[in-house]
Amino acid sequence: MFAVLGDLLRVNREFALGVLLTGIVVVVALASLFSPYPPLDVYVVPPDVPPGEGFLLGTTSRGQDVFWQLAEATRNTLLFGIAVAAISRVIALTVGLLAGYLGGAVDRILMSINDTFIVVPLFPILVLFYFVMRDRMSWAMLALVMACLGWAYDARLIRSVAMSLKTREFTRQAVFSGMSTWQIVTQEHLPYVLPIVFSTTLNNLNWSIGLEVTLSVLGFTDVNTPTIGGMVFWANQHTALVAGIWWWIAAPVVLIATLFIGLFLIAASVSEYIDPRSRLARIGAAK
Amino acid sequence: MLAYGRHLLKRLGQFVLVVFIGVNITYIVTHATPINPVEQTIAAVTNFGNTSPDAIEDMRRSLKALYGLEGNIWEQYVGFWGRVLVGDFGPSLSAFPTPVSTLIGRALPWTIGLLLVATVMAWLLGNLLGGLAGYFPRSRTFRVVGVIAMALHPIPYYIVAFVLLIIFGFLWPILPIAGGSGMNIRQAFTAEFVLSTLKHSILPALSLVLASAGGWFIGMRALVSNVVTEDYVTYAELAGVPKRRILGFYVMRNALAPQLTGLAMSLGAIFNGAIITEQVFGYPGVGTLLVEAVHKGDYSLVLGVTTVSIIAVAAAVFIIDLLAPLIDPRVRAVDTAEAHA
Repeated sequence: MFAVLGDLLRVNREFALGVLLTGIVVVVALASLFSPYPPLDVYVVPPDVPPGEGFLLGTTSRGQDVFWQLAEATRNTLLFGIAVAAISRVIALTVGLLAGYLGGAVDRILMSINDTFIVVPLFPILVLFYFVMRDRMSWAMLALVMACLGWAYDARLIRSVAMSLKTREFTRQAVFSGMSTWQIVTQEHLPYVLPIVFSTTLNNLNWSIGLEVTLSVLGFTDVNTPTIGGMVFWANQHTALVAGIWWWIAAPVVLIATLFIGLFLIAASVSEYIDPRSRLARIGAAK
Repeated sequence: MLAYGRHLLKRLGQFVLVVFIGVNITYIVTHATPINPVEQTIAAVTNFGNTSPDAIEDMRRSLKALYGLEGNIWEQYVGFWGRVLVGDFGPSLSAFPTPVSTLIGRALPWTIGLLLVATVMAWLLGNLLGGLAGYFPRSRTFRVVGVIAMALHPIPYYIVAFVLLIIFGFLWPILPIAGGSGMNIRQAFTAEFVLSTLKHSILPALSLVLASAGGWFIGMRALVSNVVTEDYVTYAELAGVPKRRILGFYVMRNALAPQLTGLAMSLGAIFNGAIITEQVFGYPGVGTLLVEAVHKGDYSLVLGVTTVSIIAVAAAVFIIDLLAPLIDPRVRAVDTAEAHA
C-alpha cells in the first residue's frame, strides 16, 4: 500500500499536486495546536487590521486573528469530515458487501433503499433537522446525521465489486470450508474492497465538508464551534465585503477551495490507478 | 413494449419508495427529536409579559391541532400522511394566514425554471465538451478545458456563486445580482418581464452550470475514452466512416446512457446546490423561501418546503428514468434479461 502511494507520488503529477494541496491544509489545521488565543474569545487583537502588518492574514471585525481562527476552523472542519466519512464507511461497507454477497431479495431491498438515499435531496432535510434542534444542534450530532444520510453512493460501488468477488473460486472454497457469511464478507471480501473505499472516502470527505460549509455559511449549524463555513457566516454577519474586510472571507474561501481540489485530485488519481483500463490508456498515451 | 411497461412499473415503484422513505425521514426528524415546536412557539409568544394560563392552554390546543400533534403516535402519523397527500401543510406562521401550499406554489415555478435551464445546459455542455475531449485526447484546447473542469468540479455551488457575485457585483457590475426580475416590472407575460427575468437568471444559472458542468465533462471524457477502444469504433474508422458520424452516432450515443442515469442520480445534489445559489442571489425560489422560513421560525413552511422538494426531485428522477430507454435501447434489453433471470 505505502509502496504504491510512493510510486504514485513520483509518477503521477495530479496525485503529487493533490497531496501537496491537502498537506498545506493539514499543516494549517495542525498549527491550531499552537494557537496563542482561545478560539472563541473576541477582541483579543485590534480589529480590521489588513494582512501583513503584524498579522499574517489580518484580523477580523470581531478582533480575532484570521490566521489562528482559520487554523482552528480548518481543524474542526477536517475532523468533522473524517468523523462523517468514518461512520458512513461502516454503513456503506456493511450494506454494500452484504447486498453484493447475498444477492436475491436482500440485494433488491437494500438497493432500493440505497437508491432512495442517493436521490433524496438531503439539504432540505438537514435544514429541517437544524430547525427542529436549534440550539441543541451539536457538531457530533450533525456528523452522525450526515453519516446516516451519506453512505448510499459508495454502498452501490462496493456492492458491484462484492458481486464479482462472489463468483470467484476462493469464495466458494470459503463457503465449503464452513465460514459464515459474516466471516466471508469481513475476512475474504473486505481486503479487496478497501482500495476503492480509500478513494471514495476522499470523495465522501469532500461531500460532507462541502455540505457542512454550506450549512454553516447560512448559520444552520452550531455557530459557536469555529468551522470554515462558520467563519464565512460571521464575516457575512459583519458585512465584511461591504466594509472592505475582504481578507476575512478570502482566507477561508481560498483554503476550502485548496482542500477540495487537493482531495479531489488524490481521489481521481487513485481511482484511475485502481481501474486498470485507464492505466492501459495511460501507457498507450505515453508511447 | 412489454419490456418498457416493466421498466415503467419498476421505476414507478422506485418513485413511490423515494417519496415514502423521504417523507418518513421528515416525519422522524420532526417527531423523534426532543424539541417540541408547540412549547417553543408558546415560549416565544409568552416572552413578552404575562399571559393567563387559560389563554396558554387554548394556544397549546390550537397549536397542537395546527401541527398535527393530537392523539397517539399512530394517529399523528396517519394524519401527517393524509395532509401530505392532499398538499395541505397548514397556514404559514410567518405570513399568516396564507397557506404554505400557496407560498410554495408561488416559489416553485422560479426554482423549476432556473434548475431546468441550468441543469440541461450544464449537462449538454459538459457532455459535448467531454465527448470531444475523450475523442481527441491529444488536443491542446481540450486539455486546458480538462484542467479547468478538474479545478471547478470539486468546488461547492456556494463558493462558485460567491465568486461570481464578487466579480459581477463589485468588480465589474454589469449584471443584476439579486432578485428574480426587476422590482418595477409587473409580473405578467410581457417582453419586458421576460427579458428582465432572463437577465436576472444569468448569474444564478451560470453558477449552477459552472459548478456542475465539470462533473459531466470528467465523466463523459472517461466514458468516451473507453468506448473509443471498442472494436466497432476501430472498424468504423477503418471502413472510412466520417469522423463526425463516428463521434456522434458510434461513440457519444453509447456513452450518453450512463450519463443520463448519472443525471437522475445527481439531481438531488443539483437541487441542493440550487437552494444555495438562490439564497446567494436572492432569487425568489424555494431555496430562499426555505432559508427565510428557518430564520422566521416558520415550522409549517419548513416542513412543507422539505416535503415538496423530496416529491419534486423524485418526480424529476422518475421522468428521466422514463426517458432513458429512448436514448439507450439496451435498458429495455437489460430489463427483459433480468425478468428472465
